[in-house]
Amino acid sequence: MLEIINRTKEKFRLTDLKKQRSDLVFFAVPRKEAVKIITYLRDLENFTHLVLITAVDYPELNRFQLTYLLHNYNNAVSIGIKIMIPRNKAEMDSIHHLWAQAATYQRELREMFGINFPGSPGIEENFALEGWDDIPPMRRDFDTKAYSEKTFFPREGRISYDPREYMKVKLYPEDKEE
Amino acid sequence: MENSIFLTILYAVISVIFITVYGLFLNGVVIKIVARVHGRFGPPVWQPFLDIIKNNAKRTMISHGIMYFLGPVFRITGGIGTYLFIPAIYGSVMFSNLSFSGDLLLVVYFIFFGQLGMALGAGESGHPYSAIGVSRGLSQMTAFEFPFALSIVSLVIQYQTLSISAIVAAQQGGILNWTMITNPLATLAGVIALLGMNMHSPFDIVIAPQEIPIGPPTEYHSAFLGMLQTNRAIFNAAKLILFMNIFFGGATNIFLLILKTFLIYMISVVIGVSFPRFRTEQSIRFFLKYPLLIGILSVVISIFRQGV
Amino acid sequence: MENNNKPVNLGLSAADRELFCEALPVVRKPLQNFIEKFLNWARANSLWILGFGTGCGAIELRPLMTSRYDMYRYGIAPRPTPRQSSVFIIGGYASVKTLKRIVRSYEQMQNPKFVIALGSCTINGGMYWDSYNTINRIDAYIPVDIYIAGCMPRPEAIIAGFGKLKELILAGKGEGANKYADNFEWYKANQRKIIKDWNMPDYNW
Repeated sequence: MLEIINRTKEKFRLTDLKKQRSDLVFFAVPRKEAVKIITYLRDLENFTHLVLITAVDYPELNRFQLTYLLHNYNNAVSIGIKIMIPRNKAEMDSIHHLWAQAATYQRELREMFGINFPGSPGIEENFALEGWDDIPPMRRDFDTKAYSEKTFFPREGRISYDPREYMKVKLYPEDKEE
Repeated sequence: MENSIFLTILYAVISVIFITVYGLFLNGVVIKIVARVHGRFGPPVWQPFLDIIKNNAKRTMISHGIMYFLGPVFRITGGIGTYLFIPAIYGSVMFSNLSFSGDLLLVVYFIFFGQLGMALGAGESGHPYSAIGVSRGLSQMTAFEFPFALSIVSLVIQYQTLSISAIVAAQQGGILNWTMITNPLATLAGVIALLGMNMHSPFDIVIAPQEIPIGPPTEYHSAFLGMLQTNRAIFNAAKLILFMNIFFGGATNIFLLILKTFLIYMISVVIGVSFPRFRTEQSIRFFLKYPLLIGILSVVISIFRQGV
Repeated sequence: MENNNKPVNLGLSAADRELFCEALPVVRKPLQNFIEKFLNWARANSLWILGFGTGCGAIELRPLMTSRYDMYRYGIAPRPTPRQSSVFIIGGYASVKTLKRIVRSYEQMQNPKFVIALGSCTINGGMYWDSYNTINRIDAYIPVDIYIAGCMPRPEAIIAGFGKLKELILAGKGEGANKYADNFEWYKANQRKIIKDWNMPDYNW
């Protein structure tokens, strides 16, 4: 694992290196170099399995963090590659030429986060939401409860408890008296 | 003479009602038996009646065109036609139906008439599963028709007649005169063909519930489906009566008829609950291998025994 | 419920439009005599179900067919096509995408038809009540005869629900199809409110 990281470090500029487990390492790379590094890892370091592509929304930083998780079957090690992209120009290079199934992840990311991947096949098609016309629902500034109440027909009579308070009363009624 | 034609029609109507009720109860009993084999209780034996009443009582119906409409009509014509040309009970005026001396060929034709009509009707419904079911059904039909036709040819050579009544008459007087004993190879080929006709497992590739949900009648609903279900009962019982007549000595009274057809049907049912389904090509290969050879052998033996 | 010569099936392409019927559903009044009672008895004892396996409900529906629960002894049998079935079972939460399929399947069934909705999700959204994509109550979009509460209801509860449905049909109250035809515009308006890309026929025969 260490050798792989060192070899990669020689060639590319890796920041924010974090060893999560003995067989799992995360690092951040600039957006421009990301596809190059992924290609390098796939072709020269045997990371042949694309485990997942996911995104995290950081509205306070005005950024999305894309995470590509790759797996190497020879050494049974995984690498997570983090890429920060700006929130107002959410665009990333497609990697569907490396793994065909990446196109599906990219369709999902475009629909759920609004991150565009120009050139990815079928990127314009609906994935799970057919006819969505609001802001992408997985962005954190999207208020899902308000949307649900506005769009669907809530039935009267739902009571919500704070789970912590509720279970405290339920499980330890004697504590309440103190 | 005028009296007799009306009497014949009256008898035929009674006979058809009898066969419908009997066929539906037979289905109900078989569902019950299959359920017991599975370790279940199963529905009541009159469940097929309820299903038919319910289907006919649906308030709306839609049609996909003329052939779609005619499909079930052809099917039930095939079923009733098959039955009416078979003398159900030997020596009974009421249940001899409309049979005359050349009826074996006619019956063999009628068995396949309904299925062809159904194929056209189901084809017009435009559902892809219907088309797949029809193509499976017709190819399997072509396959099991070989041993069936050969066993019929063997019988015709053996008895030197095409009349079902004459074949039954020749088998009277004890179990040793039955075709089952006198021509076992033809019986074997015929019964294997019957397995294919009855569409129980392993030959239920047309319905194939897990593959092509229900096959040809996918789009049929309401009264169309009710008609198809009624036909299934009539046609099933008619086939059993035909086989009872030509292979198993016929019946001289109604109880013997019920007993014999039930036992013949049990062959299909027992094999059905014991074996999983064939694939289409497996089923066709099966029929074109040993059953076909047995059929050819039975014809050859019949020819030698007749000294033709 | 006249058509008023409004243009219909606008969601479809011009080539597809002529494949679908433009007529709206009509109310078929039940007969008010003993024949209807007899027919209702037959309907109640021959429930052919179309299982719509959204969500977790489908997994609770499967054991009903097995030897342990054996729903066939009540005349309940699974049926693979909406055309032939009379009971529509919605097996859990429905999203906007599945609602389109639910509506189409429901409309393809023949009158009289009954709907059973399983689980809390169909009643008020259940644990997904505030989700952006899970509809909260299914009876705003199609008429529901029986709700079976639970998360998920056990097979015994589903059989009990079928018993209730049977009582409902015997009492002559299983007229969901007529209710749908009567309030067709209200149901369609609700459906159109959440199905924003309406690329299906207005009414599926």
